[in-house]
Amino acid sequence: MDKKLLMRGSQVIGETAIRAGCRFYAGYPITPQNELPEFMSGAMANLKDGTFIQAESELAAINMVLGASMAGARAMTSSSSPGISLKQEGISFLAASELPAVIVNTMRGGPGLGNIAPSQGDYFQATRGGGHGDYRSIVLAPAYGQELADLTVKAFEYADKYRTPVMILVDGMMGQMMEPVVLPEPINLNELPPKPWILDGADGRPSRIIKSLILDTMEMEEHNWKLARKYQIISREIVSAESYMTKDAKLVVVAYGTAARVAKGGIKRAREMGLKVGLLRPITLMPYPERIIREMSRSVKDFLVLEMNTGQMLDDVKLSLEGRSNVHFYGRPGGIVSTPDEIAKVITSLYYRQHLEED
Amino acid sequence: MEKVVFKRPKYMKKAPFHYCPGCGHSIIHRLVAEIIEELDIGNKTICVPPAGCAVLAYNYLDIDMGEAPHGRGAALATGIKRILPDRVVFSYQGDGDIAAIGTAETIHAANRGENITVIFVNNSCYGMTGGQMAPTTLLGQNSTTTPGGRDMVRDGTPIDLSEMLAIARGSVYIERTAVNSIQNIRKTKTAITKAFKVQMAGLGFSLIEILSPCPTNWKMSSVESCRWIDENVMQTFPLKVIKDETSR
Repeated sequence: MDKKLLMRGSQVIGETAIRAGCRFYAGYPITPQNELPEFMSGAMANLKDGTFIQAESELAAINMVLGASMAGARAMTSSSSPGISLKQEGISFLAASELPAVIVNTMRGGPGLGNIAPSQGDYFQATRGGGHGDYRSIVLAPAYGQELADLTVKAFEYADKYRTPVMILVDGMMGQMMEPVVLPEPINLNELPPKPWILDGADGRPSRIIKSLILDTMEMEEHNWKLARKYQIISREIVSAESYMTKDAKLVVVAYGTAARVAKGGIKRAREMGLKVGLLRPITLMPYPERIIREMSRSVKDFLVLEMNTGQMLDDVKLSLEGRSNVHFYGRPGGIVSTPDEIAKVITSLYYRQHLEED
Repeated sequence: MEKVVFKRPKYMKKAPFHYCPGCGHSIIHRLVAEIIEELDIGNKTICVPPAGCAVLAYNYLDIDMGEAPHGRGAALATGIKRILPDRVVFSYQGDGDIAAIGTAETIHAANRGENITVIFVNNSCYGMTGGQMAPTTLLGQNSTTTPGGRDMVRDGTPIDLSEMLAIARGSVYIERTAVNSIQNIRKTKTAITKAFKVQMAGLGFSLIEILSPCPTNWKMSSVESCRWIDENVMQTFPLKVIKDETSR
């Protein structure tokens, strides 16, 4: 089926999740992502084996997902920033118990209740684990309608393959915007690799335990290192970023999600004026494309980090470069989305201030 | 001819209990293992142990076990049961776990009529953390956080969670029992058996609250603890079938 459809972002995630084998969804209403649970309620009702639960809280929702995952289902929950804070308990337990799950965070302005406008204020929370303890979640940052579909499929694959929670990090703009998309073919659930660890009753096999309590300190240390090794493998295997007009660039903008789309508009305008500017757009935020950025520093001496916050991914760009190049920052927190003209001005002024036009 | 009158239940692992002498958990674990064997459901039963003293239940019960974060047993059991509706799924929770931090999850699971069973062990204190006040601590009862005894104005009153759950339209069978005497242990076994059968018949939410001694934190002997349940705990939490709509 190659049919191009015009679909709202949150529906793309929902429909693709179903096609990717998601059979359990639990969630709690919060703006700006209510379209997703609303879509899932109908979609699951149309399936013989689908479960939708409107939970009493974000805590309950993520713990229902924890249970469904233990029972072997491809399970998902979604929320927006304040609700994601509440889910962190469960995400930590998912990571600790090595259980797959997909969590969609449609970020909004914060901290606190903040507002419901598009924001990237949850970058630290998403990429640093978010909950308590020594763990990370895989974090995917789509920027286009088609990528919402592609990365939702990947999210379920990665979750199962690495037995770890995967977060799809978007904002209200991505969720609400209608874009053309080609949906993937529905998978056949019976063709998925078996999960020889689930809890489905010890029928003809020894009983199983899924837990995160490890009282013995030596054992706990080994478990921590085991998780760390897993994140190393993930870093080797799934790092992804888009390079746009970077070949001859003297200034590279680093931005993800909505900010990256706006940045592209600004870069196009700057290119029209003859400025050699490009974009590096991380698609995976955990693992971060640090090697790609580091290698760029051979030819690029100035990087401009653009974020819809006060500077969070900025840290990762600096860590990637380890002082090899100059790192500049421009951010609009609080739910403000820059315009391409605004970004073009920021690029132009930085370009001349750094005398990049001279050589 | 020799006759076996007492043996380790089939679904009990060969492991010494870590529980304190006189604790009710070991008795309740054994009852659960016996019932699973008698109902022949060891191959399709999944237990959700809590955070608390019974977190280590997976060391003793030889069935599939999926540990829940503190208080979330009913939500987690919901997730498992919805995916595997033909399995027997039960959570095993203490009074702090279920009646304080997990109140919302429990009430809403009952209200949805989730077809799960909850074994609610009420020892009127936080056992594992060292005997702090629980929502079920009796008025006047000492704990490490109620110096001079639980005071209604300062600390609130013991919560009747089981009675609250009986109000929920989705709950079907709720009974309060105890394990402080042979007679009460037998009644507890009958009640848990019935709760599992309620679930196997697909009738809905069932919960057995079990009054259980905690000699260590109550700072009493085992015998004194059992008497304390009779004379004090049952005054606040009377043994009874709180709700039975199984024949509805």
